[in-house]
Amino acid sequence: MTTTPPPVQVVLPAGRSEGDVAATVRATKRRLTSPWATVAAIVLATVWTIPTFGLLVTSFRPAADINSTGWWTVLTNPNFTLENYRTVLATDSSQSLLPFVINSVVIAVPSVVLPIFLATLAAYSFAWMQFRGRDALFVAVFALQVVPIQVTLIPLLSLYADIGVAGTFWAVWISHTMFGLPLAVFLLHNFMREIPGELVEAARVDGAAHVTVFFRLMLPLLKPALAAFGIYQFLWVWNDLLVALTFAGSSNQVAPMTVALFNLTGTRGSQWFLLSAGAFVSIIVPAIVFLALQRYFVRGLLAGSVKG
Amino acid sequence: MRHMRKSAGVLAAGAVAALALTACSTGDGETPGDSTDATVDAVEVDCADFEQYGDLSGKTVTIYAGIVAPEDTPYMTSFEPFEECTGATVDYQADKQFEQQILVRAQAGNTPDIAIVPQPGLLAQLVATGTVVPAPEGVAANVDEFWGESWKDLGTVDGTFYAAPSGASVKSLVWYSPTQFEENGYEVPETLDDLMALTEQIAADGNNKPWCAGIASGEATGWPLTDWMEDMVLRVGGPDVYDQWVSHEIAFDSEVPTQALDAVGEYLKNPDYVNGGIGDVSTIATTAFQDAGLPILDGQCSLHRMASFYAANFPEGTDVADDGDVFAFYLPSEDSSTKPVLGAGEFVTAFSDRPEVQALLEFWSTDTWANLKAAASSEETGGGWITANSGLDTDNLVNPIDLLSAEILLDPASEFRFDGSDQMPAAVGSGAFWKESTNWITGQSTADTLSKIEAAWP
Repeated sequence: MTTTPPPVQVVLPAGRSEGDVAATVRATKRRLTSPWATVAAIVLATVWTIPTFGLLVTSFRPAADINSTGWWTVLTNPNFTLENYRTVLATDSSQSLLPFVINSVVIAVPSVVLPIFLATLAAYSFAWMQFRGRDALFVAVFALQVVPIQVTLIPLLSLYADIGVAGTFWAVWISHTMFGLPLAVFLLHNFMREIPGELVEAARVDGAAHVTVFFRLMLPLLKPALAAFGIYQFLWVWNDLLVALTFAGSSNQVAPMTVALFNLTGTRGSQWFLLSAGAFVSIIVPAIVFLALQRYFVRGLLAGSVKG
Repeated sequence: MRHMRKSAGVLAAGAVAALALTACSTGDGETPGDSTDATVDAVEVDCADFEQYGDLSGKTVTIYAGIVAPEDTPYMTSFEPFEECTGATVDYQADKQFEQQILVRAQAGNTPDIAIVPQPGLLAQLVATGTVVPAPEGVAANVDEFWGESWKDLGTVDGTFYAAPSGASVKSLVWYSPTQFEENGYEVPETLDDLMALTEQIAADGNNKPWCAGIASGEATGWPLTDWMEDMVLRVGGPDVYDQWVSHEIAFDSEVPTQALDAVGEYLKNPDYVNGGIGDVSTIATTAFQDAGLPILDGQCSLHRMASFYAANFPEGTDVADDGDVFAFYLPSEDSSTKPVLGAGEFVTAFSDRPEVQALLEFWSTDTWANLKAAASSEETGGGWITANSGLDTDNLVNPIDLLSAEILLDPASEFRFDGSDQMPAAVGSGAFWKESTNWITGQSTADTLSKIEAAWP
């Protein structure tokens, strides 16, 4: 895989002692870090985090306070409550988000697994199999990426209604898979092309057919790319409101968290103070997924973007 | 979710017992003792009344609406007698994207059985997709009996009657603090001149600015001003001129609308009168409409013109009553001989003529349903729902503001007019009218504002 070379190469010539190496590393570190850059980074990180921090503080404030004053007033007038979280989490609350968290998981898992599965197979054949019209077909698949999903909503819904899956999980799974495939195929294809041809040839010489190459060689090497795309797709599906609302509708049995969050403010928006607590509940799952897979995410960001 | 507890003292009978039980189980934090004073008990339901609909066991009717939790539970409760007596299942679904999604679903042919449409303009758009079925005769008969001609016209598109009215709200209200009025010796005004005199008096007393207002509402910013203007057109020009204005028989920038908007400006553009507890005139454009009336509670503001549903915006524990922390009075007319009322409402329309759908529609348009729904709302959300159905028994309302609104709606002297911007073409009603009103409050002249809206009329 391609990585950006570090700006300073630490070359270790023969005959130099470990102390020299340590000195070189220190010098490199010094040249790479500037106190001003550190200050700037800290300032940026703080400024970037303040709104989220404010949201967190707000989520613990009583409704009347949220309605009348800003979150920074907690410094002079600390007043906290768990009431907002009780409303959005308690099972006996009519505005509980919990049933919808389950719907969201049921929607998200197949909507991530299906496109990854199909796209890996497709990417392999685009990358390592020879057939007529391969490049034209690949361009056609990727060109689908430019179709805005908004223009597909009504025709797709009408198809789903005809075959009787509108308003079910199937419609959402199929839609997310379709919308995710072009980018997935493109990313994974580029990633697979970067795997040295010699490796594949060696495997072929040893008698491996496409299936063996795919499972024994490609899949293990693809892990970072799969994880990266998995995070993309998961975040997109988890945060999606439009696709789920259009194809699954708002019934309690299928609506995801985003629909519930959207409805949380009440018919006329009078309950908007619940949004901060609701937002944090909905952030938890993607935050866990992201933190668990973040090192793949950074690596995966480079995959496909820099073609080797 | 606010709970107002009033003892109804009426004993339950028959199927209603189950209704009351469900009503109580949805409440939060209620003690067992509360189960005896469920106001839903006040409505008696006899399954014999449902025999005309036949046996609908195993049938499901889906409803799609924009009314979400917590206001959706009283709807589900109100259909329970229908479900129990006929065997049908009612599947209620709602989200706040209703107004966009229902059009998408209608165009794609994926319609629910019944939709609760909040605007006549949207109903006309739905009818244009060819998916709406006309209302059955039973519904038409009920609407004739309980609502009358003007409401029936609102549910009629091109001469065909499609949708029966359901809920309603009154917009011609001014919120105030009865306590503050009493302390300062202010009187609830009876005419528009009185209202101006009161405004001047409050301003002269100098304790606080008389009015507070806020029109920010996301992409719909400006709508509270359109309500203000509609109310003033009704008062300056009268209901007939209002109808001509809404249907564009008179130009948007003609004489009466100009006078009306100037009349609004006398209150909202006068720096001595606004914006109590919030800031100067320009803050009207940036204050969320949900927050704009709250300064009344702190005595920072005395008057706030907003619809009956604003009651839900006051914090939990606020005493909304004619001798409490806040209440509302009818925005007076020029003189007490006329009583124009601006309001809004929902309409129930069907996309299917299956017998169970038609049966539910018919039940929905009866006085029985209206009372069930009112009682369920009183029990589960502390009120906040009224209807213009003349069969409504006001004993089923517990919230003083609902009682006031119902009184205004059902008063024979009232001349009800539906929110004009909801009936105008979308380019104006949910476009130029909102945008130019916002520009108007931030400094644009009345003449410029109205001529720009006139130019936007398709």
